[in-house]
This record gives sequence, C-alpha cells and structure tokens, in this order.
Amino acid sequence: MPVIEVAGKQVQVNEEGFLTVYEEWSEEIALALAKQIEIDMTDEHWKIIKFLREDYKTQKETATSRRVQTVGGVPVKEQFVLFPKKPAKKMAYIAGLPKPKGCV
Amino acid sequence: MNKLLVLGGGTAGTMVVNKLRKKLKKTEWLITLIDKDNRHIYQPGLLLMPFGVYKAEELVKERDHFFPAGIEYITGDVSVIRPDASEVILEDGRIFKYDQLVIATGTTPRPDQTPGLDDEAIWHKSAFDFYTLEGSVALRDALAKWPGGRMVVHITEMPIKCPVAPLEFAFLADAYFTEKKMRDKVEIIYVTPLEGAFTKPACSRALGAMLVDRKIALEPDFMIERVDVESKTLISMDEREIPFDLLVTVPLNMGADFIGKSGLGDDLNYVPVDKQNFLSKKYPNIFALGDASDIPASKAGSVAHFAIDLFAENFVEYVQGREMKHNFDGHANCFIESGNGKGLLIDFNYTTEPLPGMFPIPVIGPMPLLKESRLNHMGKLAFRWIYWNLLLKGRWIPIPALMSMKGKRAAVVVEGEKVNAGH
Ligand SMILES: Cc1cc2nc3c(=O)[nH]c(=O)nc-3n(C[C@H](O)[C@H](O)[C@H](O)COP(=O)(O)OP(=O)(O)OC[C@H]3O[C@@H](n4cnc5c(N)ncnc54)[C@H](O)[C@@H]3O)c2cc1C
Repeated sequence: MPVIEVAGKQVQVNEEGFLTVYEEWSEEIALALAKQIEIDMTDEHWKIIKFLREDYKTQKETATSRRVQTVGGVPVKEQFVLFPKKPAKKMAYIAGLPKPKGCV
Repeated sequence: MNKLLVLGGGTAGTMVVNKLRKKLKKTEWLITLIDKDNRHIYQPGLLLMPFGVYKAEELVKERDHFFPAGIEYITGDVSVIRPDASEVILEDGRIFKYDQLVIATGTTPRPDQTPGLDDEAIWHKSAFDFYTLEGSVALRDALAKWPGGRMVVHITEMPIKCPVAPLEFAFLADAYFTEKKMRDKVEIIYVTPLEGAFTKPACSRALGAMLVDRKIALEPDFMIERVDVESKTLISMDEREIPFDLLVTVPLNMGADFIGKSGLGDDLNYVPVDKQNFLSKKYPNIFALGDASDIPASKAGSVAHFAIDLFAENFVEYVQGREMKHNFDGHANCFIESGNGKGLLIDFNYTTEPLPGMFPIPVIGPMPLLKESRLNHMGKLAFRWIYWNLLLKGRWIPIPALMSMKGKRAAVVVEGEKVNAGH
C-alpha cells in the first residue's frame, strides 16, 4: 500500500487514494483531501463527514448514500449538491473511509 | 423435539431443507418451511423471456415438488418475527415456534420506491421490469410489436440480484434488434448508478468495451430521483434528464418488509449476518441465507448454492455446540449472455476480482472466463436443467464451494488496458 503525505502527515492509502487506516484521519487531513477534489467544506459538509466517521465506528463499514439520508438525516438530493456527481465516493474519500459497498 | 423453521422456499430455502433433512435425524429435528405460494419461478429464465426464448409455463413449477420427504410445508405470508419469543407470526394469525430460524425470503423489485415509476399510465405499458414473471411477459409482448425508438436500460440502485442481468439485457436487445433488421431504428442507452458498466474494475473494462462495440451508450453515476410520467423521462438527483420511448428498469431491490418490521434488517431490509457463516449479528438462533442477507457478495443463485454447501456442515456443528469451521469466501460464478448465441463466464469472491483464464469444470469442460464463447452460452441454457434437477435438490454439481485459482491468470490486468483473455 502506498504512503503519501497529506497536510504534513504520512498516511497510508489504497490505489485510488482512499485512506486505509481509520486512526490516521484528522480534520486537517479532511480539509486537504476536500481541496484535492475541489470541495469547499461548510458546516453542512462537516455534518455528513462527522456522521460517516461516527457511523463507521459501530457499523464497521461506510454508510451508503441511502443510510446518510435515513440515519444521518441528509437527503440524497442534498448530498448531490454538496458533493457533486459522485457523493458516496467523495464523502468516503474526505472522511478517510473505504468506498461504501453495494457494488458487487 | 427440536424445531428448525425455514422462511422462504425459493432457491436458497429449497436447498437448505434438502441438505439438512439428510443431515438432521428425523427423531431429533422437525423441519418446517413456509412460503407464500406454491409457484417456484426459475428466475434466470426471466432474462431470456422478453426475447421469446421461453414460454411462461416453462419457468414455473410447483415448489413442493422439490422438497424432500419428511418436512412440513406451510403456505402462508410471514407477517413478523418475534425474536425474543422465538416465534414467527403469519398474516392470518398462525404462530410458529422455532429453536433455529433460517430466513431465506430473498429480495424483490420495488417500483413503488421511485416516484412516478409505478404510475399506471406507464408501468408495464412503456416502463417494464424483467425481474418478475408479469414484467418479463409484458415486456416480451411490448418488444414483439415495438416499432423502434429510444430504449433505456436502467438500474435504480445497488445492490440488485444478479447484478450482470441488466447488462446482459442490453447485449441481448442489441442482438435481437439486429436479427429483426431494425437495429438502425433503435437507440440503446445503458443508465447506471455505478461509475462504469459493472462493479468490479476488470469486468467493468471488459464489459464497457462490449457496450462500445455494440453502439450502446453509457450514462454512469446516474442516481434516479423520479420518473416524469407525462414526458416519459428519467430525472436524476443532479437534474440530468433521460427521455425514453421504452424503459427497461431494475427497480430498487429490497428484502421482505417483515424483516424491517421485526427489527432484523438494514436500510433495505437485508439481515446483517457474519459473512463467513450467515449467523445473525443480533440473535444466536437466526441465520439468513441467499439474497435475504447483507453479505457483500453477488445476490445470485450460484452464491446461494456455494454458501449452503458450507452452511449445512456448519449448522450441524453449531447445534451440537461445536465451532463452525466451514467459512464462506464469497465465491460467485456467473454466465453472462452477450447476444448472438454467445456468453462469457466470470468467477470471483470477496477478495479476488474476476480473472481472465479458463475455469475448469469437470464433465462440461473448461469454459473461457471473461471471454465470449458459444460454450458459455450453452452452459447458461444447460443451467436450467441443472437448476431443476440437481441444484434445488441439493445434489452434487461439478463446481466447488470455495473458489479455486486453478486455470486463472492472475495479475495480467493492467489499469487502462482492455482485458484480453485470449489464449
Ligand atoms: C432476471 C434474473 C436473472 C438471474 N440470473 C441468474 C443467473 O444467471 N445465475 C444465478 O446464479 N442467479 C441468477 N439470478 C438470481 C437468483 O435467481 C437469485 O439470487 C436466487 O433465486 C436467490 O434465492 P433466494 O432463495 O435467496 O430467493 P428467492 O429464490 O427469490 O426466494 C425467496 C422466497 O421467499 C418467499 N417469500 C418472500 N417474502 C415472503 C413472505 N413474507 N412470506 C412467505 N414467503 C415469502 C418468496 O415467495 C420466494 O419463494 C437471477 C435473477 C433474476 C431476477
């Protein structure tokens, strides 16, 4: 697995650039990752990212868009406004989590 | 007397009772299976039905024909499970107690979950599914007299059962219209919430190239919000619009409603289980098998078959208080119809992507993996016979439950390279 430097820290990532170690994430790293994919983080963005981080702790897998809507309370439509085109993937990327499943 | 209760007598439930009736002593275990009707549909046939390959009656048989002697079969609609009391309640009020419960009630297409889709002005008139017998037959009749226009093949949301079926449908439609000498009158668009043609990268590239070859346009990352009935248009969450003359959609797939109502399901009513042994994460006497569980493997009959071989061994160990030793690796294996009488075969598991190479099947002979061939197509047609005569009854079929790397050529897939599985 490659190691790259983000926001002055060494982190492990997979071939698509997703962080692979839950504990290596921080808010500074999230900001830097968001910048890479041209997302300006607002409170609405943070609300989702924090939900994803918390949810992962108990579920051991990344919440899908559907779950962010039903449990996290942010409608899918709004997720598309906040993280254009590929919300599920972009949210997971910034939150330092694996891409959500649902893809087999 | 111990009681094993099996909910659902489709592919998985039928295999479970056949395997376990042999392994559990009749003097020790009573086995009861509940299903809402006595019509077992051969679902893989629903894909070919619209192209006039089968007659409806060829795909339906009575369920109880496939159950072994010595089980009790009940017809009834499950209303709710009360896990704390270890009992299942049917819609008509009957109550069944269990010591061990197997949930095998599958997954169902739900057009009602997308606004506009099930509007009676379009549903089964210009918008069809082929995941139900009714839908597939209605689509066959519509296709037979369709003058051409814009056909949209669409997936609502993953996961769906048999995830390659909509792609196969697009390939078969291309071949069908070509044969009817009207391909030039038909525009085919493949609309998917995924980033590409398929989920697994190696496959996605090979199958994506097959779309291009067939002049089928791809619209990826399309998360549907609603269907506009008046203008017959799909509208996405990010406001893209795709008009259609004929829509072939795979509606949202969901597990049975009673699973959610019983507090046993995730957002889509799938039962969270340990992906290696199918035991519920919440209750030590509930298992979920087949499409009903949330395991990260394809929802396919082949997966259920591999899984249940191992489950049957595990179950006997488990009820004797021993450790379950037969872990499942997510092995899936499917034939993909590619039109013109050809097909390809893919084989993968939780951790290994579909690989190019040959898949060794004793008796039938090796089948080219990830490559079109007539032999693979024959494999798919032969599968209907295997399904009714061997698979459901839990008889031996010549494919091992755990995936084998024999015959596969690992690590030949390079990013960006078109997969070439030639020999
Ligand atoms: C078009 C299509 C093509 C496919 N092609 C392939 C293929 O080529 N290869 C492959 O391996 N797989 C294929 N599949 C998938 C395969 O058919 C399923 O994965 C398989 O049937 C799953 O088995 P199951 O027992 O989990 O669910 P099912 O076989 O669907 O059985 C579920 C059962 O539960 C019953 N039930 C549901 N709710 C209730 C209730 N409330 N009360 C009582 N009973 C209930 C239903 O009546 C049903 O009998 C295809 C599926 C489709 C739709």
